[in-house]
Amino acid sequence: MMPLLDVSVAEGLVAQSASILTLDNFWLSALLKILLCTVMLMVVSLVGGYLEHKAMGHLQNRTGPMEAGPHGSLQLVADGIKFVQKEDIVPRAADKLVFAVAPGVALVPALLGFLVIPIGPGVWAEDLEIGLFYALAIGSIGVLGILMGGWASANKFSLIGGIRAAAQLIAYELPLILAAAAVAVQAGSLSLVDIVESQATMSIFGTPVSMWFVFPQLLGFGIFVMAALAELSRPPFDMPIADSELVFGYMTEYTGIKFAMFLLTEYGGMIFMSGLITVLYLGGWQALPGVPLPGCEAAAGISDCGVWGTLLGVGITLGKIMALVFFMVWLRVAYPRLREDQLQKISWLVLIPLSLVNIAIVAIGKVAL
Amino acid sequence: MTSLDIVFILVAVVTGGAAVMTVTSRNLVHAALFLGVTLAGIGATFLLLAADFVAMVQVVVYLGAITVLFLFGLMLTRAPIGRETLDSRNRPMAMVVSAALFGILVVLIVRAFGSNQFPATEPISSSVADLGMAIFSTWVFPFEVVSMMLLAALVGAVLLARRQSGDSGTETRVTPIREALDDSTEELDRAPAELGSGGER
Repeated sequence: MMPLLDVSVAEGLVAQSASILTLDNFWLSALLKILLCTVMLMVVSLVGGYLEHKAMGHLQNRTGPMEAGPHGSLQLVADGIKFVQKEDIVPRAADKLVFAVAPGVALVPALLGFLVIPIGPGVWAEDLEIGLFYALAIGSIGVLGILMGGWASANKFSLIGGIRAAAQLIAYELPLILAAAAVAVQAGSLSLVDIVESQATMSIFGTPVSMWFVFPQLLGFGIFVMAALAELSRPPFDMPIADSELVFGYMTEYTGIKFAMFLLTEYGGMIFMSGLITVLYLGGWQALPGVPLPGCEAAAGISDCGVWGTLLGVGITLGKIMALVFFMVWLRVAYPRLREDQLQKISWLVLIPLSLVNIAIVAIGKVAL
Repeated sequence: MTSLDIVFILVAVVTGGAAVMTVTSRNLVHAALFLGVTLAGIGATFLLLAADFVAMVQVVVYLGAITVLFLFGLMLTRAPIGRETLDSRNRPMAMVVSAALFGILVVLIVRAFGSNQFPATEPISSSVADLGMAIFSTWVFPFEVVSMMLLAALVGAVLLARRQSGDSGTETRVTPIREALDDSTEELDRAPAELGSGGER
């Protein structure tokens, strides 16, 4: 019988710290890890979507969904059932295959990204040595699905939406990666778990200081959040689906389950980016800078926690993610949409030079302190 | 035959098939999409060789940037929306060029690396730190030369793009790129000159 998995393959993606999901049984372990990613995409995203419905409702002095479930909490489940039942309409002029594949191409990277996001002490699917780079690289594929959907719909609004999405993502990919690079420089690692741990074990002039990277890198944090919003096409950067000009951009012709997949991609992307911001800048699962979780032992008190410490860590991470989702919703109701040329100018003339300055400052600080 | 071989054969079939489809597909956008599949397959091959960092570079540069730029350019200029097809009728020429290139590369690679073969069963994995040390200490000079070349190519591309198209050769003038002083969307007082209409001014 051939081996289940060659050791050489397993060594290729170097896992740094073992996850609590790593078991002796390879298949069970893999199943649990897949389950973790799927829950992050399917369940946590729906919670984020519900938060968006309710927060937008209350910020606009209305109640939001109220009927499905207690306080409307099952609204998105009901929406999902509705989407499945709807007729799957494909425009006659559409390129049928590309039209059908596009939502999947957009959705799968959102699922794959959760592979490396640590949401608690020991609670991650894989701690890759190149975790941060992996997350950003996988995140850059999703735009292909948007472009495919926009083109294959054979509709000018869809096409313009797809082109706008591509132009926007190309422009904001650079500040996103450059801001993240500054974090990697300060942490001295690309592993997301190492980045969380280094925020607990930083030292300045030999004095141990617990400091989340948002404090020394406020500039990088601002750049990263802006670029993340643009990558997600969230308002005020939602030109690709600008509903007053483009009907609904690249999603105009989509109905039923395919439309639901695009929607899930958006919510999953919000959770993924919020998770990345939490890990990079907001200390991951630490409650406060320098305060270890109860029951934790190794690595300055942020790993090897007991059952309750682990659960608390997961809760803290998810809480920070939801706070960031609320922030994105708040921006959506507070600010009008930017113009396409303003958007491009902000990225190329402001954010990219600033992120280069940020890298220089961080690198000098890293060497000097 | 190990599971590694099986996965490699699957990846190789998909990559090779997509590569053939890239050049035989008559629809430009389909060709670009198949190119994307090919490049992703090459990334997967790097992954099978335990070169995870190179695989991710492949994904972010080729799949996330170059394929997207291809599609962007196609859609912005002459994308046949839906199911139309285009053919540049350069097939014989393209076949000659690619056959020649293939021959040259095969001869070059066999001459250069034919004698020292890596053990086929054990991919060597290396950490990102080792890779960084190698690039920025041992190979820093070639690295800088390549980056300068890329920068020169970038500047050249910007320069060419800003030239007026049409009358190529002797007297190409710079296209006047004008910007409204404030951020208004008002029409410019005079429409910019048609592309390729040389002449006055």
